Amino acid sequence: MSLINYASREINCKIVYYGPGLCGKTTNIKYVFSKVAPETRGKLISLATELDRTLFFDFLPLNIGTIKGFKVRFHLYTVPGQVYYNASRRLILKGMDGLVFVADSQTDRFEDNIESLKNLEQNLVSHDMKMDGFPFIFQYNKRDLPSISPVEELESVLNQKGAPFFEAVASQGIGVFDTLKEASKLVLRLLTTT
Amino acid sequence: MGGVSLFQDDFRLIHQSLEKLQQRTQANAILLIDRAGQLITSVGKTDKLDITSFASLSAADFAATKQLAALIGEEEFSDLFHEGERENIYVSMVDSKVILVVLFDKRSTLGLVRVRATQISKEISEIFQNIYKKLEEGGPTTTSIVDAEFTREAEEEIDNLFK
Ligand SMILES: Nc1nc2c(ncn2[C@@H]2O[C@H](COP(=O)(O)OP(=O)(O)OP(=O)(O)O)[C@@H](O)[C@H]2O)c(=O)[nH]1
Ligand SMILES: [Mg+2]
Repeated sequence: MSLINYASREINCKIVYYGPGLCGKTTNIKYVFSKVAPETRGKLISLATELDRTLFFDFLPLNIGTIKGFKVRFHLYTVPGQVYYNASRRLILKGMDGLVFVADSQTDRFEDNIESLKNLEQNLVSHDMKMDGFPFIFQYNKRDLPSISPVEELESVLNQKGAPFFEAVASQGIGVFDTLKEASKLVLRLLTTT
Repeated sequence: MGGVSLFQDDFRLIHQSLEKLQQRTQANAILLIDRAGQLITSVGKTDKLDITSFASLSAADFAATKQLAALIGEEEFSDLFHEGERENIYVSMVDSKVILVVLFDKRSTLGLVRVRATQISKEISEIFQNIYKKLEEGGPTTTSIVDAEFTREAEEEIDNLFK
């Protein structure tokens, strides 16, 4: 839920990274944290298990800058991808303004992506949201690995609506900013039309 | 989905309510947070607090607790309390979009905070009802500042930032 505060002159928007376990959501957000100018970022909060799997969420606030007198901020969240953390996953979607779906390109993860997308659709229902009701971006991650599905195949199965997509190697930072750039622009553009 | 826009007058009213609550409870700080984890506003001593992180975690905490309630068949736990050695945290719901967080120490008590927070929540909830109504009636919307020029400037910033 974008929050526009005319009194304190602030605009806050929430972008959520979704996708199956180990697809690279946390890696995306950690890369952003490490590469963005320090004065623009807040603290990175990770609620994770001992083995570094996301348990509840990662959170990174970013100050985009002051535009026409308004401080614009993006709040990035990742959900836990593991199937049995669905209850927490659902909570993080609350008030989301835009979503990045990180898919794992590895062939043996193909079904996991489909599963996760279905799960997203179900979870949106509990927030009275629909798949086409907000900015949506696909990121096909792990393009560096040997056994991966061709992008066309991922596209045809996952991206039915023709949302923007990016190939990525999040662990090397490739495609991470491109994805976020597109997501944040779409979110801001939606503000103008609502 | 629908975002929330807050304007000067409503904001002032909200602040007055929060200040009143702070005076009546001797709380150290009070935060008003939206359920998505974004800080709406605060009063009191917050300079030593990472307020952005605090807002995000409180909202998550509250959301998780609400789910716990559902799991044992409770409609809702109306509030949430964490006791520390020096400082305590009290969290309660204002309405379906907003929560109230009170930070207090031994100068106050949970009972007092709870009673006063409930009263003030009602006040604030009414203010928000008004805001939602105005937004529905198409009062001044986001378009009044977020225009084409705004989008262009914002996109420039984004390009600079994520290089
Ligand atoms: N080879 C390769 N490994 C990657 C890439 N992106 C992420 N990884 C690795 O994949 C593993 C899991 O990454 P995370 O970012 O923790 O995955 P996640 O999606 O947050 O997983 P959950 O928190 O369980 O949902 C880590 O060991 C990363 O280093 C990539 O593009 N290529
Ligand atoms: Mg993770």
